[in-house]
Amino acid sequence: MLSELEVGTTAVIESVDLPPGVHNHLMYMGFLPNARVRVLHRAPAGDPTVYAVDGLEIALRRETAQGIQVRTTQTAAPARQARRPHARKPLAKDMR
Amino acid sequence: MSTCCTPAPYTPPNGPAGVDGKHSALRTIALVGPPNSGKSTLFNRLTGLRQKVANYPGVTVEQRMGAMAGIGRGDLTLIDLPGIYSLDPFSEDARVSVDVLEGRMPGTPKPDAILLVLDSLHLTRQLMLAAPVLALGLPTMVLLNMSDVMDTRGGEIDPLRLAQELGAPVARISASRGTGLEAIQLFLNRHRGEEQNNPATTVLPVVGNPVSAHKWAAQVSARTGYRAPLSEAATRRLDGFLLHRVWGPLFFLVVVFSVFEVVFTIGQPLSDGLGDLLARAGTYVTSYLPDGWLRSLVLDGAWKGVSSVLVFLPQILLLFLFIGILEDSGYLARAALIADRVMRSIGLNGKAFIPLLSAYACAVPAIMATRTIENKRDRLATILVTPFMTCSARLPVYMLFIAAFIPPIAFLHGLVGLQTLVMLGLYLLGFVAALFTARLLKSSILKSSQTPFILELPQYRMPTLRSLGIRLWDRASVFLRQAGSIILAVTLALWVLANFPRQHGMAPQLTDSIIGRLGHWMEPVIAPLGFNWKIGIGLISSVLAREVMVGTMGTLYGADPQTQSLSLQAALHHDLAPGGAIALMVFFAFAMQCTSTMAVVRRETNSWRWPAIQFTYMLILAYGAAFVANWAVHFL
Repeated sequence: MLSELEVGTTAVIESVDLPPGVHNHLMYMGFLPNARVRVLHRAPAGDPTVYAVDGLEIALRRETAQGIQVRTTQTAAPARQARRPHARKPLAKDMR
Repeated sequence: MSTCCTPAPYTPPNGPAGVDGKHSALRTIALVGPPNSGKSTLFNRLTGLRQKVANYPGVTVEQRMGAMAGIGRGDLTLIDLPGIYSLDPFSEDARVSVDVLEGRMPGTPKPDAILLVLDSLHLTRQLMLAAPVLALGLPTMVLLNMSDVMDTRGGEIDPLRLAQELGAPVARISASRGTGLEAIQLFLNRHRGEEQNNPATTVLPVVGNPVSAHKWAAQVSARTGYRAPLSEAATRRLDGFLLHRVWGPLFFLVVVFSVFEVVFTIGQPLSDGLGDLLARAGTYVTSYLPDGWLRSLVLDGAWKGVSSVLVFLPQILLLFLFIGILEDSGYLARAALIADRVMRSIGLNGKAFIPLLSAYACAVPAIMATRTIENKRDRLATILVTPFMTCSARLPVYMLFIAAFIPPIAFLHGLVGLQTLVMLGLYLLGFVAALFTARLLKSSILKSSQTPFILELPQYRMPTLRSLGIRLWDRASVFLRQAGSIILAVTLALWVLANFPRQHGMAPQLTDSIIGRLGHWMEPVIAPLGFNWKIGIGLISSVLAREVMVGTMGTLYGADPQTQSLSLQAALHHDLAPGGAIALMVFFAFAMQCTSTMAVVRRETNSWRWPAIQFTYMLILAYGAAFVANWAVHFL
């Protein structure tokens, strides 16, 4: 599930399973099967979380992200990056 | 504040469009595009108007029309629309766009051409909207906005190829710099309304299916050599700090606190200087008038009343400067994100925080901004609590009473002032009242299941001086107009009521005048709050707009021989106990004293029921809290 990913990880969306209105809206924002999504930041309270998808930054609450199934492609030392989020450099592949 | 956001309705120059069918020339053109792609910035360029623009999605929530006078085509009507991701509307504001495009919006002509504004930085995803818009079959021009940023960040696109693919003309523009607009003129000159687009070389995908729309958009952007520019690393680095667990909220608090310090330490001296200047100008001008009732009317009535409000212009502009920076930089969306947790605990979501924050300027546009909230009950709850947020019209009242009653004690080597703390407390009081009321509403009559929070975070941008300058100029002119109309009228009426009935041809004692009798008659009602009858008159007149209170005080104390020679602050001090002064500020924190807000609530909720409930609830709360405040100060 997208909600379980650590800050700094990238994954590929498998399916979106949410109520129809929300589902469509998210799909038009770029949350589509096979799209690459990266976890960017968590809000200070730990929720919502900011995701980069399709060149856009979108914040979702945990329960919405729970409806998005993903498969991880790469685990980029999340613990270190989570502590120093401002030191992270964007990767070229996130831009697409 | 009245009329701050409701410009006169625009009437199209040539009446309803397209009556005689295909032989008519273009008349109405719609600006369509995803949220935050720069439609309103372009609208302002093309019309020469000043529609509000800022850096977050959902600034425009209703259609706006204007003649395209900015590029010398005053014969054409341009419609600015709220941003949409698709033609399946998800929220109230997006529905507006779809209704206008399909000609179902009463009072707005169906557009006969479309300018599709896309953000070049995210073209692939934005092209998804091109398919359903082109499928509408209207002459369409595709505008790739922010092309200047695209170039500096190394993005690429072949506009000619894209035009071929889409079968519609494509131009690269920068709405904020005003480049590439010639192409729009060319498009408008060439199209006479009868031509259709060229056939697209690509097959449009099925409308209403996001998966196929995205696949199509990806193919088109690949074939046209689109290379997305490097995403801005600065935004992510900045968010690493601003959304940080510790630094994020701390930064927010420091910013808020410094705003109030600035309002006092810089705004107050400016305001005092302006006050001196106005007082001298008034004496100078009226010295040419004969001593008598006319001079009294001009100086004690109009001038004192109006200038007592005018002096707060510097503080209000400082506040607007801050709100402008907040909105134009892109920070507002982050604030909504940080606040989501708190908002969730009262049953709303973080999106409701955006209108609440902009209500610090004025509740009227804030209530309109609630249209971006998808859930109807959440939206109503937000509308009902928005007037508790401390709008800029309360600022003159707070500034006047704080300056008169709160001593300027400083703590921590002058870093923190008592006056600032009191001001902050009043802002906090309004915010807590809003949260409390929202919680009450969401756990009773407006209960609903939680709606998802989906918020697009814009890239940070440096606010331009031009845009901030326009905001301040617009705000100053609204404020001056208000002072020259409502406040002038009220102060003149008060002067008349304070000077009649004449006794032996002379002005009566203030207590024997019409206003004095009226005030004394209502005194028993407000005495428990520690208010005297002059305050009572102020409360009645300030139902029109809160800052009228200050003008009323200026006129009434100016008309009273006992306090005539004193400054307004000194006069208030002479006449009012500290308990009454604190109670008055508390009363203003809670009460609904703004006819413009009531009118917009009635418009947005479609009934007088909600503004009536809101007014009554806020009045009861204000009275109760002021009563408690007065007695608390009295016994402490």
